[in-house]
Order: sequence, then C-alpha cells, then structure tokens
Amino acid sequence: MAEKVKVSKEAIAVAARQKTLRYRIKRSKSSYMMLAPYFILFFFFTVLPVIMSVIYSFTYYNMLEWPQFIGWKNYIKLFLEDDIFLLSLKNTLLLAVITGPVSYILCLLFAWIINEFKGKLRAFLTLIFYAPSICGNAYVVWNLILTGDRYGYLNGILMDLGLLDKAIQWMKTEKYVLPFLIVVQLWLSLGTGFLAFIAGLQTIDKSLYEAAALDGVKNRWQELWHVTLPAMKPQLMFGAVMQITQSFAIADVSIQLAGNPSVNYSGATVVTHLLDYGTVRFEMGYASAIAVVLFFLMVGSNLLVQKLLRRVGD
Amino acid sequence: MARAIDYTKPRKFFRRRSKQLNRSVAGNSLLFVIMAVCGAAMALPLIMVINNALKPLDELFQFPPRIFVKNPTLENFSDMFVIMTDSWVPVSRYMLNTLIITGGGIMGHVLLASLAAYPLAKHNFPGKGILFQLVILSMMFSWTVTQIPQYMIISWMKINNTYLALILPACSFGMGLYLMKQFMEQLPDSLMESARLDGASEFQIFIRIMMPNVKPAWLTLAIFQFQQMWGNTGGIFLRDEELKPLQYMLQQISAGGIARAGAAAAVTFIVAAVPIMFFLICQSNILETMTASGIKE
Repeated sequence: MAEKVKVSKEAIAVAARQKTLRYRIKRSKSSYMMLAPYFILFFFFTVLPVIMSVIYSFTYYNMLEWPQFIGWKNYIKLFLEDDIFLLSLKNTLLLAVITGPVSYILCLLFAWIINEFKGKLRAFLTLIFYAPSICGNAYVVWNLILTGDRYGYLNGILMDLGLLDKAIQWMKTEKYVLPFLIVVQLWLSLGTGFLAFIAGLQTIDKSLYEAAALDGVKNRWQELWHVTLPAMKPQLMFGAVMQITQSFAIADVSIQLAGNPSVNYSGATVVTHLLDYGTVRFEMGYASAIAVVLFFLMVGSNLLVQKLLRRVGD
Repeated sequence: MARAIDYTKPRKFFRRRSKQLNRSVAGNSLLFVIMAVCGAAMALPLIMVINNALKPLDELFQFPPRIFVKNPTLENFSDMFVIMTDSWVPVSRYMLNTLIITGGGIMGHVLLASLAAYPLAKHNFPGKGILFQLVILSMMFSWTVTQIPQYMIISWMKINNTYLALILPACSFGMGLYLMKQFMEQLPDSLMESARLDGASEFQIFIRIMMPNVKPAWLTLAIFQFQQMWGNTGGIFLRDEELKPLQYMLQQISAGGIARAGAAAAVTFIVAAVPIMFFLICQSNILETMTASGIKE
C-alpha cells in the first residue's frame, strides 16, 4: 500500500511538471525549429513594418534627419486640414462599399452557377471568369476601350449607334471616373475568393441535398439558401477576407486608367495618397499615419464582417 | 440507394452526378444564358488583348475601331523582339533576373511555408493559436500598408538593390502558409503515427510523409506565388538596370507611346498569357487545395 502511494505521488509530480509552460515549450522544440525560418521573415517583413508604421505616424520623418516626435499632429492634419485625404478616403470607402459586397456576391453567384456545369465546360468557365484577376496589368486594355478620342471603342460604338455626336474624354471627366473604376475593379475581382467558392461547392456532401429534397426543398433556389450556403460557411468567411482586403487596396487600376493625380483627384484613393507622400514627397511620418488609418480600415472591416458571417445560420 | 464510393481511386473534381435533384430544364437554360452573356462580357477585354496583339498597325488605328483582327500578323511580336535586342542590357539578362527572383521566391515560400505549416497543423504547442491568428490577420491588409517601413528594413539589412530584397519578403506571404496549414490539417494523423513508432524524427516525417501528400497544395502555392511576383517590376527595391526583371523591360516597351503601339499590344498579350497558362495547367490541383481554404471557427 505504502509503496503504491509513493509511486502515484511521483506520477503526480511528473504530471504536474509536464503541465508547466516551460516543460511544454521545451518538449515542442522541434515544432519551434520548423516554425522559425518562416516566422523570422514574417516578423521582419510584416509584423515589424506595422509596428514601425504606428511609431512613425507620431513623428515628422523625412528619411534624412532623425525622426521628431510630434504627437497626434499628423492625424490632426489628416482629418482636419488635408482635403485631398478626405476626398481620397471618401473615394476609397465608396469603392470598397460597392465593389466589396458586389464582387463578393458575383463570386458566389458565378461559382454557384459554374458548379451546375460539368467537365470541360466547367473548367473553361472557371478559366474565363478567373483569368482577368491574374492577367497582370493587362487591364490597361481598358484604356483602349475608354480612350477619349473617337478611336476609343466605347466612343466609337456609341457614335456609330448615334448615341453620341462628340467623343467623351471618359477618364478625364470627373463624374465618369469612379463608375468606370468600379466596373474595371469588378472585372478584376473574381480572384482567390472565387476559386475558394468553386472548390467549397464541390466538397458539399451530396447526401445533404438528398435529405433536403425529402424534407421538402422544392427547387435549386431553396437548396442554395437552406443547404448550400450554410454548408460552405468556412469558404464564405475566407472569400470575405479576400474581397474586402482587395476592395480597400484599389490603387494601380486608378493610376493606370485615371492617372495620378487624376482630374480633380476624382480617382484618388487612400493608397494613391499614401504613395504620393511616401514615394514622391518622402514625408514618411505623414505617410505612416495614412498607412495606419488604412490598416485599421481594412482590419476593422474584416473583423466586423467575420463577426457578421459567423452569425449566419446560427 | 447511395452509390458506393470507391476510395481507392483518386478524388476527381469534375465528377458526374448520376441524378439531378431539384433541377428544371427552364432553370438550366436560364443559367446557361446568364453564363453565356456574363462570360462573353468577362472575356471581351481579354479577347481584345489577343486580337490587338495580332493586328497590323493600320488596324490598330482604324475608325470605327474593330474588335476582331482582319489580317492577322505576327509583326507586333517581331517588333517587340527588335526593341528588346536593341536595349543595352540584353533581354536574356532580364529573363535570368525574373527566373532568379520568381524562382527563389517560389521555392523559398513553398519550403518555408510548408515547414511552418506542418507544426501549425499537426502539433500542439504553446503559442500556436496566436501565431496562426497573426497569419490570418496579415491577410486582412494588403502589402501597400507596410511598403514604406519594409523599404527601410530592407535598407537596414543592406540587401537593398539585390535579388534578396524581393525574394525574402515574398517568402513570408501569409496566404501560402494559411492554405498549406488548412490542407495539411485534413490529412489523417495515422499517417504520421506509424512513422513515429518507427522512430522517425519530426523533420523526417515532414520530408518523407507530409510533403509527398500535399503535392496539390505546393503546386497551388507556387502558382499563387508566381501570380504575385510576375507583375513585380522591381520598383524601389532594385536600382541597377542589370538586376531588374523582365516585367520592367516589358513595361518600358509599353510606355513607348503611339510609335510602339504594336509592340505594346504584344507585350500586354505576353504579360497576361503567362500566368493564365500556368493556371490552366494546374487548375485541378489548385481547386483541390482550395477545398480546404475555409476559415473554421
């Protein structure tokens, strides 16, 4: 009896030791070794830059002199004095609020329809819809469509049909810039999220559909709402991250199609404003403040949408 | 009436469903029409890219503009090659740079991301949750946000104006690690258990068992990584002309104005065609990886 108690005490001691954080960290040495190379780079090129942006955003820094701490001044200037920033913020929010949800729904809709097709046709349709998002900067072809003289395709077609009697300088006219940017951005936006949806739809257990049919689901629309969407919730959340991040980062399209600066800053976005201060004027403190605002916009809206999507089907 | 599933056969993605539930002919035709119209609209700009690349100069400046080419020619491509051979840095050098930069970025990323994904997917250790949340968080903002401090860090490391300035940041993109981890998580633990009983180290398990089983995922990571890096012109990180990638030279040609419109059309075609071609080859592998992409609670 006595011996037995002694042994179990030792066992308890070993168990207690194994529970401590230090032991668990020591035991996981091989895991940490494998994580190290990636996460060291991740720290230097992703985590540290975010921390630096936050710190620099409270300084005046021009890359030549040592940064000077100036408190909230950059932010105060951003929101109270910098009219172009406010305009670019408005443009960015407008672009994000429209292209984000619309592109998300388009991704889902097209993925769902493509899933109804089979074999080669499905692979072909996937390619057609996905191709624009990976074609590099080939979206400059839209410049030909939107050219301001009569050689532009849009002008040419509209004049041919007699709807226009004079060529319109599409990307040089303030009121047309944002709508066309939205169109081009939507064309470009069926990317990784779209692929995730197509793949997600294919993994849904077919027996779910059979069970739903027995339970009285009558057509494909009911099936979509009651079976398909709840079953692919993880993919829906992944797709949301992709589409939201993309919709806030619009810049290259605007620079290529509308120019930087664009007419009356009608195509300016937060990112073009950031590039202006960071790579042209070298006001790094101010540029950092813009980056921090953008960071919180992106991460904030992502977390918000994740929270909302988590509630779907609960 | 459930169909028996043969687990010995490889999974197929374009599987035929034997019987269609809840499908009407009218609905099918409606969806077909929608897809035909939308597909045409999506494809039109890319069709223009192809046709423009084949148009002789007079057709490029025709009024009214036509979408389809009348007398296709390869003149634009030969023009492009002439301009390329004229540049003082030989075009082969640009190609070599692209090969080193994208090759290095792809191999480094696939290797490091899979190495880190394995413990995240299959081991249990303190800090696992936080590290993975950090990676998810990093997908929630784009690289534009961190571009400027990244430039400073690269200057401090003194790798400015070297290939490493593009390769190292590319190795640590978040999405690759995320996709790889989700994919590895699906593999049954029994795969590793038997190897562990045989006395294999974790690293051996990773090389001998994990890597061969996640082949579709590393192909996917490679393709996504290629798409990310293909458009990079070197920007602020590479100053020397001899270090810049092919993309930089292609954009120089496109920026040549009206006189080079033909060559520019050929350039646009090549810029778009290369990533699309890679996707075409690997489509089924990519879709297989993406099935695991969902964010689970």
